[in-house]
Amino acid sequence: MATLSKPTEEMQFIIATDVGSTTTKARLFHKKDGEWRFLVAGEAPTTVEAPYEDVTMGVQNAVREIEELTGHKLLAPEGGMIIPYDGEKGVDLYCTTSSAGGGLQMMVSGLIKSMTAESANRAALGAGAIVMDVIARDDGRQTYQKIRRIRSLRPDMILMAGGTDGGASQHVMEIAELIKAAEPKPRLGVSYQLPIVYAGNKELRPQIEELLKEGFALDMVDNIRPVLEQENTEPARRAVHELFMEHVMSHAPGYNNLMKWTEIDIMPTPAGEGMAIQLIANTYKQNVMGVGLGGATTNVYSIVDGRFVRSVSANLGMSYSVTNVMKEAGIENIMRWIPFDLDKEEVAARLMNKMIRPTTIPQTLEDLIVEHSVAREALRLGLKHHRSIATRLKGVQLQRTISDMFEQSVAESYIDMMTMDICAGTGGLLSHAPRRIQSMLILTDAWLTEGITRMMQDSVFMMPHLGVLSTVYRDAAWSVFDKDCLLRLGTSIAAKGQAKFGEPVMEIDITMPNGKVINEQLMLGDLKLIKLGADEEAKVVVRPAKLYDIGAGPGEELEATVQGGVAGLMLDARGRPLYFPEEDSKRKELLLSWFKATDMYDEEALGRLL
Amino acid sequence: MVDNTTEKKVDGENGADEAHAYTPGLKVKKATIVDKMRRLPLLGEVYPKVGDMVSYADIVAKTEISGDPEIVKLAMMLGLEPEDCPQFMTKQIGETVEQGERIAFYSALWGLIKKEIKSPATGTIESFSDVTGQLILRGAPIPVEVDAYIPGKVIEIMPREGAVIETNAAFIQGIFGIGGEVHGDIQVVVSDNDQTLVADMITEEHNNKVLISGNMVTLDALKKAVEMGVAAIVSGGVRHDDLTTFTGEEIGVAITGQEEVGLTLIITEGFGMMNMSLRTFELLKEFDGFNASVNGTTQIRAGVLRPEIIIPHDIVEEDGGEGISQGMVPGTPIRIIRQPYFGAIGVVHSLPVELQRLESESAVRVVSIELDGGEVVTVPRANVEIIEE
Repeated sequence: MATLSKPTEEMQFIIATDVGSTTTKARLFHKKDGEWRFLVAGEAPTTVEAPYEDVTMGVQNAVREIEELTGHKLLAPEGGMIIPYDGEKGVDLYCTTSSAGGGLQMMVSGLIKSMTAESANRAALGAGAIVMDVIARDDGRQTYQKIRRIRSLRPDMILMAGGTDGGASQHVMEIAELIKAAEPKPRLGVSYQLPIVYAGNKELRPQIEELLKEGFALDMVDNIRPVLEQENTEPARRAVHELFMEHVMSHAPGYNNLMKWTEIDIMPTPAGEGMAIQLIANTYKQNVMGVGLGGATTNVYSIVDGRFVRSVSANLGMSYSVTNVMKEAGIENIMRWIPFDLDKEEVAARLMNKMIRPTTIPQTLEDLIVEHSVAREALRLGLKHHRSIATRLKGVQLQRTISDMFEQSVAESYIDMMTMDICAGTGGLLSHAPRRIQSMLILTDAWLTEGITRMMQDSVFMMPHLGVLSTVYRDAAWSVFDKDCLLRLGTSIAAKGQAKFGEPVMEIDITMPNGKVINEQLMLGDLKLIKLGADEEAKVVVRPAKLYDIGAGPGEELEATVQGGVAGLMLDARGRPLYFPEEDSKRKELLLSWFKATDMYDEEALGRLL
Repeated sequence: MVDNTTEKKVDGENGADEAHAYTPGLKVKKATIVDKMRRLPLLGEVYPKVGDMVSYADIVAKTEISGDPEIVKLAMMLGLEPEDCPQFMTKQIGETVEQGERIAFYSALWGLIKKEIKSPATGTIESFSDVTGQLILRGAPIPVEVDAYIPGKVIEIMPREGAVIETNAAFIQGIFGIGGEVHGDIQVVVSDNDQTLVADMITEEHNNKVLISGNMVTLDALKKAVEMGVAAIVSGGVRHDDLTTFTGEEIGVAITGQEEVGLTLIITEGFGMMNMSLRTFELLKEFDGFNASVNGTTQIRAGVLRPEIIIPHDIVEEDGGEGISQGMVPGTPIRIIRQPYFGAIGVVHSLPVELQRLESESAVRVVSIELDGGEVVTVPRANVEIIEE
């Protein structure tokens, strides 16, 4: 635990930064009348690359912007922040996250792809890493292919798992030998040894040490799968975090200084973001799905019955990776969200032009709708990827013989949208959407929420900042999070199932805060938005048709209290899966009706595009 | 001196950017000092010394990376326990072997059972594990060389890593490219910057040349260029579909340079049919016949790397300096880089401080621009780039 400049209850000003791959974002928090609030933001280009090669310059520039805006002096002449706050200048705490220079890039290995390798993958992702490759005995590649792959990667770190305690040994050693023979080199220069975390069969530690002690910075921790029935990722995750500070950060340009500036460890941005999403789950004691839709990557987080899993889709994003979304999703899937005529080549060219000039923003409504279409697909693919990571432990259910375990098919993901209570989003496109309903509908369309789901989003990008702050001062982090960061969009009520277009899906009685009862009958294809303020609640009684489920079972009535938000209460009878007419003109017509029903875009401007 | 461009995103939502309202453009310089760092991926030997003159193809640094390993499952192949294998190895750790040479021999039952293991490759026996029974055979070291890429003077040596070469040259950055470093004489094959390069314009005479197009290069022209051995094509734009067909795969993330398509392609403006900026086109025309070093390598994430055309020459001309740090002021020449005025060129008319609402309903900082035709338009500051002069 870090040593703080003063007890948290005496603190008055806190500054947090996120050193992103392009922009360094500073956020100043202040305690006023006993309450922690967000005060102001400052941003500046990140200076991790040549010609600057010193991240602290970008941090200083971002903080200087806050100084200029507030007149509050924060920067110490000798570098770093003035700590503590002396009544006039300075802050009581400085903390930061970082994803500059590509973040933490790892390679993981395990014995069996769906067992120990998968556990290692989850541990690395949970630590905020981008996993470059997963090497396993049964990954379908020949030995020479694996060697070639390892040699071509330049990871920051390797996490090696394999075997239960007292279990497989020879095959685990084979993989260790393969990694050693490939001689992987660290990404940030040739002057230091590549860190390896060994979290496999503990009985092999002497042999592993003998094999890898030279040429690598080896750290050995408790087995990630001590027995098949148990996954123990925490020791590995902690070791990854420590090595990230000790080896990776200390070799990134300027980070040695930055580390001296902060009183608490620098955290990878996604780890901070993940902690913020966990804050929501811990506070509401509910299941949460979260997403950070960035320019380069899409991070998806789930907390289901207390289990936290993070996935990162390294090449799904809204700027640098926008054309990769087109490549992965297929341009037709992007085009299905566009309600007017636009040539396919024109859409492709626009996205390519966005990729090569990633900082541009949509000026026209047409361009905005194209970007929103891509966002839905990036989010959809991100969730698909997340489902492949958020799975039940494999190799547990069928334990009669070893061959049973090898033969079992991929266990299904436990991610079920019907059991999700809250969906929350962050990232530039969602946070900066001109109308709040836009982010709500985009998230709903992409993730196909089911039943009753509360929707939230980051108001101004500061979830990573609050995540890292929560590690030392949870109350301050939650106060800012609750009042200034977490914007309540509203609640979505969506029926699962699909029958015939135009036939009844559900009937809802809504008792509004003023006692008025609204009755809505929705047919397949309908979408409605009811105004319900952020501090308001309504009682709903939902009666789904026979083939539809709202959470109580097909055709079963459900009563609930729902919360409002800046967008309101969204009644979604569009079917799950979403109903799209095959005929193009009918698809456009239906899409337009959804946009109109939710007041998604300016109607006049939209009319000009038709 | 050429360095990486510095980009500043103008984010209008949190209101803290008026002090830094600039977006640097791509460099288009007639005469500048170009420095190129030529660096090995691993430590090695550096040949020239400071002050030496080097040519394009001179090797400035060289190293070797360890050879590829080959894993031989010796215990399994011999049918023995790992710990029993060493006594049957006919080659010991550290010894070199040829492909096909015997590395282990086992004989039992008075010679009735014989097993001979031959080396699958030429190399050195690096290790044998008595836990797994695996033998690691290391292939011959792989040489890695770095050439000078541009002709010029060595101005700095990084011991065991490489050298910095300096030359006087015209320097043009593209927006996107594919293919790596090539050299060739510049040849302008279109009459104007709004003309398309089509297959018929390319002949055998264009072998090893750097061809300059106008607004676009067609797929057929790209194919013909490969056939004729053209070194590189520089064009205003290219169709997305054509590029996908030409490279054989859709470009997902802009990290390029490794494509092996027989040609380096640089686009200067963007995707689609886009007139090459007149300034770029005129400059390339001026150097028709000059030899150029061209690299299509583009990396837009984590350290911007744009494709480049370097034309070494002796003309020394006072250039306007870098100009980036000054940012946009009324009169700064700029280009609009997004719809609805994509490609339009003009000068900054004014820089309103207040956020303005766009048609998309975003409230952002904007710039008012007087286009070449006299019309004044308003666009987000994030959607323009400075034309560096």
